[in-house]
Amino acid sequence: MKLNARWTSYPYIVWMILFTVIPLFLIGYFAFTDASGDFTIANMEQAVKYIPALVKSVSLAAIATVLCLVLAYPFAFSMSRLSFERQKMMSMLIMLPMWMNFLLRTYAWQAILEDNGVINMLLNSVGLSSVKLINTSGAVVLGMVYNYIPFMILPLYSVMTKIDKSVLEAANDLGAGFFATLYRVILPLSMPGIVSGTTMVFVPAVSTFVISGMLGGVNNYLIGDLIETQFLGNSYDLNCGSATSLLLMIVVLITMAIFNHFSDEDAEEALV
Amino acid sequence: MQMKKIFSVFLCVLLILSSLVFGVSADDAYAYDEEYYSKFKNDNLTLYVYNWGEYIADGSDDSMDVIEEFEALTGIRVEYTTFDTNEGLYSKLQSGSAYYDIIIPSDYMISRMAQSGMLEKLNYSNIPNFEKYVDETFRNPDYDVNQEYSVPYTWGTVGLIYNTKYVTEAVDSWDILWNENYSGKILMFSNSRDAFAIALKRLGYSMNTENPEELREAADLLTAQKDVVQAYVMDQIFDKMTEENAWIAPYYAGDYLTMSETNEDLAFVFPKEGFNQFVDAMCIPKGCVNKEAAEMFINFMCEPRVSAENCGYIGYSTPVSAAKDLMDEEMVSNEVAYPSAEVLENSETFRNLSDETNKLLDDLWIEVRIGKLTAGFWVTVALLAMGVCALCALSIYRKQKRLRARNAVK
Repeated sequence: MKLNARWTSYPYIVWMILFTVIPLFLIGYFAFTDASGDFTIANMEQAVKYIPALVKSVSLAAIATVLCLVLAYPFAFSMSRLSFERQKMMSMLIMLPMWMNFLLRTYAWQAILEDNGVINMLLNSVGLSSVKLINTSGAVVLGMVYNYIPFMILPLYSVMTKIDKSVLEAANDLGAGFFATLYRVILPLSMPGIVSGTTMVFVPAVSTFVISGMLGGVNNYLIGDLIETQFLGNSYDLNCGSATSLLLMIVVLITMAIFNHFSDEDAEEALV
Repeated sequence: MQMKKIFSVFLCVLLILSSLVFGVSADDAYAYDEEYYSKFKNDNLTLYVYNWGEYIADGSDDSMDVIEEFEALTGIRVEYTTFDTNEGLYSKLQSGSAYYDIIIPSDYMISRMAQSGMLEKLNYSNIPNFEKYVDETFRNPDYDVNQEYSVPYTWGTVGLIYNTKYVTEAVDSWDILWNENYSGKILMFSNSRDAFAIALKRLGYSMNTENPEELREAADLLTAQKDVVQAYVMDQIFDKMTEENAWIAPYYAGDYLTMSETNEDLAFVFPKEGFNQFVDAMCIPKGCVNKEAAEMFINFMCEPRVSAENCGYIGYSTPVSAAKDLMDEEMVSNEVAYPSAEVLENSETFRNLSDETNKLLDDLWIEVRIGKLTAGFWVTVALLAMGVCALCALSIYRKQKRLRARNAVK
């Protein structure tokens, strides 16, 4: 049998239809119907009232994404310049925290950041007074950065390994300094990595409910927590929950569209 | 619902010791009816049981492995899985994605499921232990008035847990959850029903009220409480209270017993305004194929020996008084686990609320959690808008620069 490129995609297409496309339609259906199945926009109207939680989620996720990018970008570059063996080891080390369950990792942060937690105990033992760490927006951002940074490093690293050493040398030969090389060569070439890394961090961060629930305290009720309340609260409110999810998806889509717009331009530029 | 590990180690050691000394006669009195249990011995049946997490004696800490005991006795295999919330159980059954023979929801969820026709009526003649052992007080309860759908498994109460090291005043009221002196050290339930129950009781209303005005008042009270609350949590209460990161929290009495084993400064009180008493009971969902075998399982769980093992292990209270003969004296006489009838007078069980009230409750809870719009919100909106504008400006600028560059080449 000849290897037909079209066939090879079938298993995933079936998967995608079953677990992505159909659920999406269901969310759309539930969002615009009431409990008895009649068309209504009341759910959407209600979801719009929850924009404050959405704004909070988007802003915290945006901060976390920027922090991830700032931390991961230089690291991914230096990692891509290592010897093959070391690269392998590094990527394993980056994946290492993921060998443990996400919930447990977040739970551990709770123990570290608590008023009587590890950090404050250390501070007290050297005579400093305690600081308030847990139950703040900062703690939520920290949780997001900690949990999602591997998703930023890995795509960045994989595009950066494709930047040939000779390209950088050529830039040097043509008189480009450090910043010119970074801005005009490395940045455009790594744009696809930035875009996929940003997507992979921003999307789970904006919809998280575990991190905010454990580390956020009273004032960090995010859109993910809200959707959880709608689905698993007292009223089993599929319809409003779907409407809020749909709203979240629209916001994420717009954000990603803006971002992809950039990457296309840069990719174009890189090819020119 | 949580496990009571440390407590049960201690308890089970006592149990074993006590059974060595006096247990023999009690054990004989509560021996299994072998004939009844052998009915399906050779039928190769399997029962699917869906229970709360960590809510059965499983053989660890020297307890009886209840499931294994049942399998050995009856020859029926048991597939045992767990859930963590009543609402989760409800949505799972609603979605029709799973099959169970026995489920163990709480009181108000049982009446809700019964009303939605999700439960089979039980044939109590197949469950002789109900008549024989289950206490009068647990028969014909509010949630199953005609005693058609359920057999109680365990019960318990919700009260106030506080740390006597930091809270030196006398505590007898829910008021302390609003006390500014303990700002930042107070925990609150993260599930709306329990949170509203406390606020409603403090206002002097029923926790089963369907009056929107009363619920709104409770929501305002909960909003006012936000300034002093550290976090809205469920199981995290364990760590936060035992490590003294929080000083005051409402929670289940059975779980208090576990926590007080780790931190002896913790105290428990039944607030004077009234509190919630709950019952978790065994039911059979609609569509059960081996109903008689399922009823046999329910009957087995009412065996005093089994109930004593379960309640000893998980720390909640048993509705089978005979089981107390087999349990540790200290546990049975504990006022927190088995409050007097006088104290229980002041308690209220959850009833199922109408769909509208459930919806209102959730909507109000979300409003409480989001809170009032503050200056910070508008600053964030402004910053986000500026960010988007800056990105667009940058995009236009670069586009034009590129155009210019191209024109220059030409």
